[in-house]
Amino acid sequence: MSAVSITPAAGSPESSSQAGAAERAQPRRHRWYRQPALMAGLAIVGLILFLVIAAPIFTSYNPDAQNLNATLQGVSAHHLLGTDQEGRDTWTRLLYGGRTDLRIAFIAVLFPFCLGTILGSLAGYFGGWVDLVIMRLVDIVVAFPFFVLIIALVFVLGPGERSIYVAITLVGWVSYARIVRGEILVAKRQEYVLAAQSGGLSNLRIIGRHLLPNVITQAIIYAMSDIVQDILAIVTLSYLGLGIQPPAPDWGTMISDGQNFLTTHWQLTTIPGVAVVITGLGLSLIGDGLADLLRPGQ
Amino acid sequence: MGERSVSQSLLQVTDLRVEIASRRGIVRAVDGVSLEIPAGEAVGLVGESGSGKSMTLRAMLGVLPSEARITGGQVMLDGVDLVQLGHAELNKIRGTKIAMIFQEPMSALNPVMRVGHQIAEGPQVHLGMNRAQSAERALELMRRVGIPDPERRFRSFPHEFSGGMRQRVMIAIALSCEPSVILCDEPTTALDVTIQDQILRLLARLCGESGTSLVFVTHDLPVVAQLCHQLAVMYAGQIVERGNVQDVLTQPWHPYTLGLVRSAPDVDHPRSSLVAIPGSPPSLINPPAGCRFNPRCKFAEQDCLVTDPPLRLVAAGRATACLHHDRCLEALRTEGADL
Amino acid sequence: MTFVLRRLVLLVPTALGVTIIAFFMIHLIPGDPARTILGIHATPQKIAILHHQWGLDRPLADQYWLFMDRLLHGNLGQSLYYGTSVGGLITSRLPPTLWLIIYAGVLGVVISIPLAMIAATRKDGIRDHVVRVVPLLGLGMPSFWLALILQTVLAVKYRLFPVTGYGSGILGHLHTMFLPSLTVAIALCPVVIRSLRASMLNVLGADFVTTARAKGIPGHRLFVRHVLRNAVIPAVTVLGINIGFLIGGTVIVEQVFAVPGIGNLMINSIFQRDFPVVQAVALVFGIMVVLVNLLTDMAYAALDPRVRFDR
Repeated sequence: MSAVSITPAAGSPESSSQAGAAERAQPRRHRWYRQPALMAGLAIVGLILFLVIAAPIFTSYNPDAQNLNATLQGVSAHHLLGTDQEGRDTWTRLLYGGRTDLRIAFIAVLFPFCLGTILGSLAGYFGGWVDLVIMRLVDIVVAFPFFVLIIALVFVLGPGERSIYVAITLVGWVSYARIVRGEILVAKRQEYVLAAQSGGLSNLRIIGRHLLPNVITQAIIYAMSDIVQDILAIVTLSYLGLGIQPPAPDWGTMISDGQNFLTTHWQLTTIPGVAVVITGLGLSLIGDGLADLLRPGQ
Repeated sequence: MGERSVSQSLLQVTDLRVEIASRRGIVRAVDGVSLEIPAGEAVGLVGESGSGKSMTLRAMLGVLPSEARITGGQVMLDGVDLVQLGHAELNKIRGTKIAMIFQEPMSALNPVMRVGHQIAEGPQVHLGMNRAQSAERALELMRRVGIPDPERRFRSFPHEFSGGMRQRVMIAIALSCEPSVILCDEPTTALDVTIQDQILRLLARLCGESGTSLVFVTHDLPVVAQLCHQLAVMYAGQIVERGNVQDVLTQPWHPYTLGLVRSAPDVDHPRSSLVAIPGSPPSLINPPAGCRFNPRCKFAEQDCLVTDPPLRLVAAGRATACLHHDRCLEALRTEGADL
Repeated sequence: MTFVLRRLVLLVPTALGVTIIAFFMIHLIPGDPARTILGIHATPQKIAILHHQWGLDRPLADQYWLFMDRLLHGNLGQSLYYGTSVGGLITSRLPPTLWLIIYAGVLGVVISIPLAMIAATRKDGIRDHVVRVVPLLGLGMPSFWLALILQTVLAVKYRLFPVTGYGSGILGHLHTMFLPSLTVAIALCPVVIRSLRASMLNVLGADFVTTARAKGIPGHRLFVRHVLRNAVIPAVTVLGINIGFLIGGTVIVEQVFAVPGIGNLMINSIFQRDFPVVQAVALVFGIMVVLVNLLTDMAYAALDPRVRFDR
């Protein structure tokens, strides 16, 4: 036998039994109902949404109804979670506050999602100076701490729901733009894009019909954590008095209302906070679960 | 191995078993492997991907991946069973008595640590040398393995070296505490052919000089032919043939070995046709009943489907697991001995 | 050195952009900015003064030029509420915020590394799952709420820490600022733990770790010199990306703990409708983040030799 020759072609190259086993195992992982994180998240968020949407079923009180004879009460048959310093039922305010906060958060996430996706696709697909300008803009907006910019914008625009939407949109689009741009940069080199281009399809159509649907999943996953961020921003603004204005019920306002009573009636502040945390947990689990599902992991 | 007495073997592996837990079941990656590594000799371990050869090496040193465990067997070194050793004691053996070099030198070296420090680390940890002494030692080793300009290269990072140079660094690391055995896990597979040759010659020279034993895992037969004295062939987690390198490669006594030899193109002895072994490697979760090679074996007979034949000595220094190894000899004779 | 210079040059357009946005905020105010800001205190004279001061009667480019000119001379305007120079206000209030940021960063790292290590080395075990799920709670937790709880329990009820303020002297700062910094750190931990765990898992499975094990390197040395040293590199990047959150988180925490920093200044100025201060603080925050990003890049290059030689 001589020293120099080519390696033998013994058997098939990499398809050892283990690799084959792993390939067959993958489809199972991808059944969405088998993801514990995703299921837990959906259960939590589903329950919360159900409770807040169907609030009138679960409570007969009006969230603004004051009852100065029954202030700062504890848990009782009449008031599931007690009352606050103006006699308003805590459980009711929790449910209706959730309605407000969640409604605004879910809507608020849509505008940056759309704006960011559009700008990101344009930047990624066309490249050149379009990309340069948009990414510069991203860098600049990102330079400001999220909350600082939001709070400054809300100050400037005046407190209230409308300002929240505008502020979140102006600040929040950047993450989506980055994500979508990154995905498109990779995807546009794929063959189906080349095929579409040589088929004479317009750029717009290629982006809209062919690239985006494949690329949008990462943005959707991010949107889950973005909703959490938006809820936190809304709640924080309201805590400061710059967000949802009283008497509209809201978790942030509840926390600030209750902070004077922390040593005596801690539940007034604690309960709405717990509600925020649990909602955030549920949404994060959904986000994580989706991420695991949609990106084949090890 | 009849000729040598047991006491001359440096390292003795007896009935080693390694299992890997996977989603589809337990994979018996190494299923009863026995090897003897004599002092001063190079033993080749050959087989295709997934045959368990890397796992065998790793099990010997106890550096298995987390999903794998040793479930049986012994690894005797100087009268001590390495399998039974605790973590701390095993660490003392690693690098000092047994060292290992790996396949991918780029990923096998710490990217953020200077090369010289990586070579010096072993002597610092095991031989108690201080920084200056270990640095001296590292420079000396770098010269031995043929790294040019060692003083300057000491402070370089792995990504600044070429593949061949990195492998030399790995060899320097392996030699740093003067081990008696070096385990080599396909160290030349990722290198291109000319460099491969250089590294093999280097290994041969270094081991000749210091009398270090080698266990050389590869799927490349010619490499084994160049470097090793003994050869063991692995298939589906078991050793199916063992013996002197020249004997095994010129007169294989197992159909699998025969297939390997036949499917290797050879510049010096062109054959009329290359014959690949039909079929694919078996599942190690549910191996075939009887001899594991039987689904792909031309010579398979009834008894091959029933019993899983053990490796047995059939002549001085030669062992095979095939029940009908004489069929191989016949095949060679009839199809012309152009090996 | 050229690395640093090159990065600095790239920063300039971003820094400029930051100033433009800060400048522009005044024009987002609905109606006449001067009138809106003065609110009930508006008198024709005051409005005229502000108009002149901000150059609102001049073209946009002139206004920006005026703004930048003042900025480069260190003049950030006059506070409407205090009447003193904004620059002076910010300078005096900056140290507590810097303390908070650095302290929180250190605490965050001190908490995250061991937790990520536990999770990575016992992958898929109970401990791993706990370390992965608990931070999810942290992600959804309003920092001001956590601040209130920590404050009430540890400071008010058990008197372990001062309730508010900044403290005096280094030890005083360390003690008083512990709770606020912890709050900010906890807000940061989920993200850092997750990325540290992922990069540790990556590194733990890497070939060079096997090499080091085969060399017989003992556990702690292996972990620090080989695993950690490599695992922190991507984590530094993640920390850098999230530094905006770290800094932004300080604003609300300063409010709850009444730390006399620039975040607190900003919020109070919002209530006092002191626009110049709000604008200036926003600008300072922006520049801070830009600088921190530069530091992160430099740290990354210092840690990862492969980057230094990058063309």
